[in-house]
Amino acid sequence: MLPDTRGYFGSFGGRFVPETLMAALEELETAYAAVKDDPGFRAELKWYLEHYVGRPSPLYYAARLTAHLGGARIYLKREDLNHTGAHKINNTIGQALLAKRMGKRRMIAETGAGQHGVATATAAALMGFECAIYMGEEDIVRQRLNVIRMDLLGASVIPVSAGTRTLKDAMNEAIRDWVTNVRSTYYLIGSVAGPHPYPMIVRDFQAVIGAETREQILRETGRLPDVIVACVGGGSNALGIFYDFLEAPEVRLIGVEAAGEGMETGLHAATLNRGHPGVLHGSLSYIIQDAEGQINPVHSIAAGLDYPGVGPEHCYLKETGRVTYTAATDTEALAAFELLSRTEGILPALESAHAIAEVVRLAPSLPQEAVIVVNLSGRGDKDVETVAQVKGVKQ
Amino acid sequence: MSRIAERFRRLGERGEKGLITYLMAGDPDLTRTKELVARMAGAGADIIEIGIPFSDPLADGPVIQAAANRALANGITVRGVLQAVGQMRKEVDLPLVLMTYYNPVLQYGIERFCRDAAENGADGLIVPDLPHEESGPLRECSSRCGIDLVPLVAPTSTPARLAAICGVARGFIYCVSVTGVTGMREKIETDLRAFAGLVRRYTELPVAIGFGVSGPDAAARVATYCDAVVVGSALVRLIGRGAYEEVEKLTASLKAALL
Repeated sequence: MLPDTRGYFGSFGGRFVPETLMAALEELETAYAAVKDDPGFRAELKWYLEHYVGRPSPLYYAARLTAHLGGARIYLKREDLNHTGAHKINNTIGQALLAKRMGKRRMIAETGAGQHGVATATAAALMGFECAIYMGEEDIVRQRLNVIRMDLLGASVIPVSAGTRTLKDAMNEAIRDWVTNVRSTYYLIGSVAGPHPYPMIVRDFQAVIGAETREQILRETGRLPDVIVACVGGGSNALGIFYDFLEAPEVRLIGVEAAGEGMETGLHAATLNRGHPGVLHGSLSYIIQDAEGQINPVHSIAAGLDYPGVGPEHCYLKETGRVTYTAATDTEALAAFELLSRTEGILPALESAHAIAEVVRLAPSLPQEAVIVVNLSGRGDKDVETVAQVKGVKQ
Repeated sequence: MSRIAERFRRLGERGEKGLITYLMAGDPDLTRTKELVARMAGAGADIIEIGIPFSDPLADGPVIQAAANRALANGITVRGVLQAVGQMRKEVDLPLVLMTYYNPVLQYGIERFCRDAAENGADGLIVPDLPHEESGPLRECSSRCGIDLVPLVAPTSTPARLAAICGVARGFIYCVSVTGVTGMREKIETDLRAFAGLVRRYTELPVAIGFGVSGPDAAARVATYCDAVVVGSALVRLIGRGAYEEVEKLTASLKAALL
């Protein structure tokens, strides 16, 4: 079972944080070990997932998209239908219940697209926590709707003007807040990144996606899918849907990174494709950096993928070859966004549109009896202004 | 005896508390950094910490973040800083301690970093995002090269952690005065007497206290509990303004408060 006791997935992971936080991470590890298999905790989590989040999320056969692409049968795992509109809530409800048991009063989080920020603010409102969300100034502009939602939910959104003013810098600021207020504050990390035990905790809370998918596809088709596709920023929705299938080698797993304006332009966020191992935000993983070890700016039209790191377990799955990591450009993601909107009446989040873009490439090359499941990790309401702007410029 | 141990021995003989000053290499450029190190040494600093900039310094407050950005904008490299340290070593005889984050060290290569740092006359190394559990490879290598990897301990460190950290520490123990990032503070809330007392139960090494010490009065108060006081942001802020004379004056008045 990974990670090992030091928080490593093979040679990736670990715990690289200031000493001030080490006792807090030990406390979190102990608290999580105590509730992980506790029937009371499991039951409480299950209740919230069913009655509040709306799980299980449907597995939907996208007939018109399938017909349009003319190849494999395409199923969408509808995480976009969860309360708050993305998979992020699976994790925030889980961690908020954990934080409550730990006696914390305040929670903080970083957010890129704002989906994790909204999901954290929602869990905080639901369970009575004081809540602060760190968000880069650039992301505040491009995900304005989510900023308003967080405010309405009673969270304070703290703009981050440092560095590239995106997710990476929001995470720096959140860690600085945690170092300062570590005794009272729970840091609710939103991806399978950060220091141990976060990559494990977030994976475990997101693994519900894959567990449901397995049951649903077996019921629907009587067999496991041939391919599962998910987008990868930090990688929580991907690991969530992959996790239950890691031991089923007949299922191809594909993670799709953001190729931005193109891999050759340098303006991308394809960490596993173009990065190198290093230490950022508490763990050893692939990062996009220069020869000096300075973190390089990254780019994606999807704020939630615009991050120079990636979860350590994905690095391990890349090295073992169990998961293949490809990339889709901004342009391909936009085309996929429009295609899914027009063929299925579903506006995907721009992040999830990267996974759809991979399906657009892949499905026509597969026989009609093949089955692809794609994790539709979020809905696109938050992105309509961005998409409209890009289309406006092009017209 | 290492330069760091020798310096603390002399301070003990004279009944003085040590002053450890910090500056960011390459802010605004390496020539100025060399000049400032000489000025700080002349004004009474006992040990100087030389920061190597990192793009994402998550243990630092706004003043040192800004200094790192200025240095990086100037194209400062690890090799450039180590070479500059070699030139400083010819000018000053006080201990020079490098301070940076783990990723620049990792990318430069742990072996190569320790060897080049030692060859250029550095005496110690502080890496704030490298906790005890992950520090084995760097500690072994630095120790082999004669560089002291100085550990940080915090008010939140448990007795078990203090025992483990202090058990293998070299040079001195750096006590972080507050839960928080670097930067000047009006008031330090931690019970420093109790904190430093607890740390001393696990080590014979000298104990330094840093983070949040803003001026001579604060330095004198903090010094009652330890062997040396670290001052960073207050000096870096002056450097950021180009007030180099003031850097020298502040260093002198800090040292005067510790005599």
